[in-house]
Amino acid sequence: MASTDIKPTAEKPTNGKPAADKPDLAGLEAGLDALETRTAAKAPIGQILRTKALPPLLAIVLVLAAWQLAYHFQLKPHYLLPSPGDVIGSLHQDWLQGTLFGYIWTSVSRGALGFLASVAIGTPLGLLVARIPAVRAAIGPILSGLQSMPSVAWVPAAIIWFGLNDSTIYAVVLLGAVPSIANGLVAGIDQVPPLFLRAGRTIGATGINGVRHILLPAALPGYLAGLKQGWAFSWRSLMAAEIIATSPALGTGLGQLLENARTNADMPGVLAAIILILIVGIGIELLIFKPAERRVLRSRGLLTEAR
Amino acid sequence: MTTAISETPTRPGTDVPYAARLDHVSKAFGRPGAAQQVLDDISIDVAPGEFVCLLGASGCGKSTLLNLVAGLDRSSAGTIETPGGRPALMFQEHALFPWLTAGRNIELALRMRGVARGERRERAEQLLELVRLKGAYGKRVHELSGGMRQRVAMARALAQDSNLLLMDEPFAALDAITRDVLHEELTHIWESTGVSVLFVTHNVREAVRLAQRVVLLSSRPGRIAREWQVDIPHPRRIEDADVAELSVQITEQLRGEIRRHGQH
Repeated sequence: MASTDIKPTAEKPTNGKPAADKPDLAGLEAGLDALETRTAAKAPIGQILRTKALPPLLAIVLVLAAWQLAYHFQLKPHYLLPSPGDVIGSLHQDWLQGTLFGYIWTSVSRGALGFLASVAIGTPLGLLVARIPAVRAAIGPILSGLQSMPSVAWVPAAIIWFGLNDSTIYAVVLLGAVPSIANGLVAGIDQVPPLFLRAGRTIGATGINGVRHILLPAALPGYLAGLKQGWAFSWRSLMAAEIIATSPALGTGLGQLLENARTNADMPGVLAAIILILIVGIGIELLIFKPAERRVLRSRGLLTEAR
Repeated sequence: MTTAISETPTRPGTDVPYAARLDHVSKAFGRPGAAQQVLDDISIDVAPGEFVCLLGASGCGKSTLLNLVAGLDRSSAGTIETPGGRPALMFQEHALFPWLTAGRNIELALRMRGVARGERRERAEQLLELVRLKGAYGKRVHELSGGMRQRVAMARALAQDSNLLLMDEPFAALDAITRDVLHEELTHIWESTGVSVLFVTHNVREAVRLAQRVVLLSSRPGRIAREWQVDIPHPRRIEDADVAELSVQITEQLRGEIRRHGQH
């Protein structure tokens, strides 16, 4: 009784009858396969630019134009509402002083480190909550509750516990991001169709193999959504911490840059810092999380071309 | 019915006269006392290389029975033996993993069975060729048609190299022509590999088209109502006159079983 050992070419006519309808069947099958296979054509680059890149660019231009008009007609005094040019001038000055990338790097490296630590903690935590009913009953609701808690609320407590240093900042980032990541994984695992788990068990993927080869890959879309949200929470928690916890010992990140500009009543500097915070947050999502999410969804056929 | 077995390597369980033995198997769901009996005293032997169809209306517990044989669920009473080890199982839905390509789906089954890394690719290609999907190795599941997905699922089930293949209405969701082609495919694979098949369906013609033996289950609880030997020689077609004739006979019996339920 061999199954996989038999080469399909070693086909023998059975019952002494010649396999008369075999070529006919192969042709029929090839026809069915050809008819039912969808081929997705890729959109030309010009069309992608026109439909994907043009609208957001246009929106930015419109906002800048409105801002410039408001400045021109002095809706607010100039010291309250500087022009886009003033803000760019402020950025340019930081650039000339060579400090601009230092500010960005300080914040991005903190955000990235805090995020990675959150992933390292949130992933096993999410797995435990999703798979062990007692753990879910015990801390599941707290974990969801923590997600809706603004992490800025932790800053005063963290300052008292850890003092004005990096520990405070990382503590706030972790408290912001870990629940999102853990909850994302829980949601991803909850949405895994039971059929996949049964199919996995029938081919012998049980225990740790089941988790590794079936459960985690099946939960990946939800997990990625959790990671994306975890990054957003890391970034906003970091900014909250940096704005409140300012100290020379902490170095200057974007949050401190913003706070320093405020104390100097430097409105172009304030707006410049806000724009930088926005750009970094969006940039990391667009450069890292969006492509990763698209790749996963597309490979599973979950992404329609319209999106 | 002769089955062309070109080679017979010794495997665990080949010295036993059955590929599966169900001995007075019963299954009830729910709390003791208020339990609902789903299967009642089912005894079936599937001989090595035999093709058996379990036929029944909804509520006869055919899927439950397959789950029991597959080891996905436990029976309430009776014993189930599958001397060849864990049986392969095919579902009505293809149950292929969408994060893997067609070839990788098959390779995962090979890997879980302990096939060495270097051999997996070649084996997977062979199995794809066996279901006439040469060249589909790198295709994603969503790029395949319904019929192609079921053929990949069949290849993945065969990758388990089990001597018992359980099939839970695997073609029920396909259109008639595709289903017909897959019947042909399955018959061909069964004949060339000598695997035993336990095939669940509610489609009488399908059962007669495929099986050597058709077992009719009554509903609620599922009991064995009757058995037929199907002596129609292969190659059979679903439109053959003798297939139709036996189907009429079995359908009559099945209708009787269903009618009984309307009487109380």
